[in-house]
Amino acid sequence: MGEIEEKDIDQGKKLGTQELTLSMGPQHPATHGVLRLVLELDGETVTKCTPYVGYLHRGVEKLGENKTYFSALPLTDRLDYISSMSNNVAYVVAVERLFGIEAPERAKYLRTIMSEMTRISSHIIWLGTHALDIGAMTVFLYSFREREWLLDLFEQACGARLTVSYPRIGGVRNDVSKEWLDSLYRFTQEFPARVDEYETLIDQNRIWLQRTKGIGVISAEEAINWGLTGGTLRGSGVNYDVRKAFPYDAYDKVEFEVPLGSAGDVYDRYRVRMGELRQANRIIKQCIEQMPDGPVLAPDAPKFILPAKENLFKNMESLIHHFVLLTKGPLTAPAGEIYSAAEVPKGELGFYIVSDGTGKPYRMRVRAPSFIHASVLPRLCEGGLVADVIANIGTIDIVLGECDR
Amino acid sequence: MNVFAEIFRPGIMDFLIQTGIVLVKAVIVVGVLMLHVTYATYFERKSIGHMQVRLGPMAVGPHGLLQPIADFIKLFFKEDIIPAQADKPIFFVAPVISIFAGMTAISVIPFFNGFVIANINIGLLFVLAMSSLGAYGIIMAGWSSNSKYSFLGGLRSSAQVVSYEIAMGLSLVGVMMMAGSLNLTDIVKAQEQYPLGFFWPQALGFFVFLVAAFAETNRTPFDLPEAESELVAGYFTEYSGMRFALFYVAEYIGMIMMSLIAITCFLGGWNGPFAIPYVPFAWLLIKLYCFIFLFYWVRATVPRYRYDQLMSLGWKILIPLALLNIVVTGLVKVL
Repeated sequence: MGEIEEKDIDQGKKLGTQELTLSMGPQHPATHGVLRLVLELDGETVTKCTPYVGYLHRGVEKLGENKTYFSALPLTDRLDYISSMSNNVAYVVAVERLFGIEAPERAKYLRTIMSEMTRISSHIIWLGTHALDIGAMTVFLYSFREREWLLDLFEQACGARLTVSYPRIGGVRNDVSKEWLDSLYRFTQEFPARVDEYETLIDQNRIWLQRTKGIGVISAEEAINWGLTGGTLRGSGVNYDVRKAFPYDAYDKVEFEVPLGSAGDVYDRYRVRMGELRQANRIIKQCIEQMPDGPVLAPDAPKFILPAKENLFKNMESLIHHFVLLTKGPLTAPAGEIYSAAEVPKGELGFYIVSDGTGKPYRMRVRAPSFIHASVLPRLCEGGLVADVIANIGTIDIVLGECDR
Repeated sequence: MNVFAEIFRPGIMDFLIQTGIVLVKAVIVVGVLMLHVTYATYFERKSIGHMQVRLGPMAVGPHGLLQPIADFIKLFFKEDIIPAQADKPIFFVAPVISIFAGMTAISVIPFFNGFVIANINIGLLFVLAMSSLGAYGIIMAGWSSNSKYSFLGGLRSSAQVVSYEIAMGLSLVGVMMMAGSLNLTDIVKAQEQYPLGFFWPQALGFFVFLVAAFAETNRTPFDLPEAESELVAGYFTEYSGMRFALFYVAEYIGMIMMSLIAITCFLGGWNGPFAIPYVPFAWLLIKLYCFIFLFYWVRATVPRYRYDQLMSLGWKILIPLALLNIVVTGLVKVL
């Protein structure tokens, strides 16, 4: 021993160093579902990041081609399963636009309320898990307290908490009671204080600021080029919101602001979504105040709506209609194609629907914001540290059910 | 005949009696400590639960009081899974080192006047040595598991412990200078003339020690070695059953140990504003639980530091502050 020989040094030179390849996911506590990232690590620094998706692929688009317009609705629940109401709305708005169906005013307001309730419940899940990933565990449980409240309201309105299938082509399934609206109004009065409460825990926290400021920066131009939408885009200061640009339902009748960031980092995207929580609350409040009376289902969409249950037992036409709609679907529908988008909590959820004149769509393509946001992960993560990967996964706000479809 | 006299000569008897007393003390301390560790987990789950608008354990026993015992039984009877690629001897010994280091350090802590297992004159140094030794358990666990997550956890831990060990050692130098001794009993007695113990003259040192103690025990906001969202469970990802429980217990013993050092060195040890009759360790226990509660409170409040931020905090802020504290203490002592 003792003396270092020439050949040992040569051998040492030959050994060299190699990056550590770490497969993060698909089973990992912080990848929000079944996202798999293959990371090349140089120490703690990420030199390469490759996202792999598809572990939750259920063929929703292909299934849509084999179902009638009416019965494809529950499939959209399962896209982004924590904001199913918004997905339903995006789908029914697309079909209504394709076939020129006009939903009644009250239904439009109800769908707006439901979309915004979904935005709140989805954003508070995002907030809770994002904070939990960065290590602040209490925010998670605070935010779930309000989510529980909203899910209870969903249950009272339509009987389901998660996969609601409440909107219908040409309106909504059933009306809500006065008590339900009062109960929701109490929520809107309470909720701003709750948002302040979440912010007291993290908004000015030094560790939170250090972990989020200047992390995952993406400029406005790059964000547009990557096709980002929703809060992920607006964090970079791009003023694009489908609700303002291409209004649907009752969004042109309510006042709200679009919160914008400037730096395009994790912190700005956090601020944008916190602003959206308050704006969503404001929209719900206005909708309840302006809520018109009237029917909740369009009379001119019989091909896409099941007849009322009580008519089924008395009226032969209704029975036939019901049977045909459920087994074959409408035998005809106007031909045409449309791309229609809605602002769901994650970003712009678009449906490209081609109708060839039969009762089933020829093609139903879903533009899923989560899929597009997942593709930007390498851009955000490379050059950062392992801990930033977690912050970046949280900040782009993806749900793999929607990403893989 | 001679042999008989040799064994029972007065010196040997004394030695045996002394050994017996120490053993009895050790058994008492270990028993009481394990009970406290068991219920510290319950205390943590309950207090964090109430901070987070939920109830914590409620199912086993009234208010979930038997939950820690149920947990222990469950972990004890779980299958002991050892990864096929693990380095087995190191894998076996790592949790033992962790728990051994924590428990050994407790032996020099005076619980009340005159009650200490080993009243050695280098007590504080011994504690620091043992807390450094604890890091070996973590590094060895991370290395031997042959898992990338464990490995990263082990690496983080070694860097963290090396950095914060320095800050912690330096923060205690002020205490040593004021007490003029490394014996923990002497340090407590030296604090009797100060109304707040060494907390007031050594506030800066206490602050540095506190931050370093959080880092040494791998508690939030410095829980990077076991950062759940990044490294699954960090260095003990591959551990299960009783071996996992040993790491878990070691973490709590570490927390109790650090609290006891803080209390002994800065907060006046077993002394309190007034004497509580018949229970000489009452003040120590009260302070200990306040301290442990602080650990839980911080855990429920703050996010986690990033690796490079942790390093810069340790080297650029805590160590200079600790050095400043030493200089100021020295100047005051000289003048």
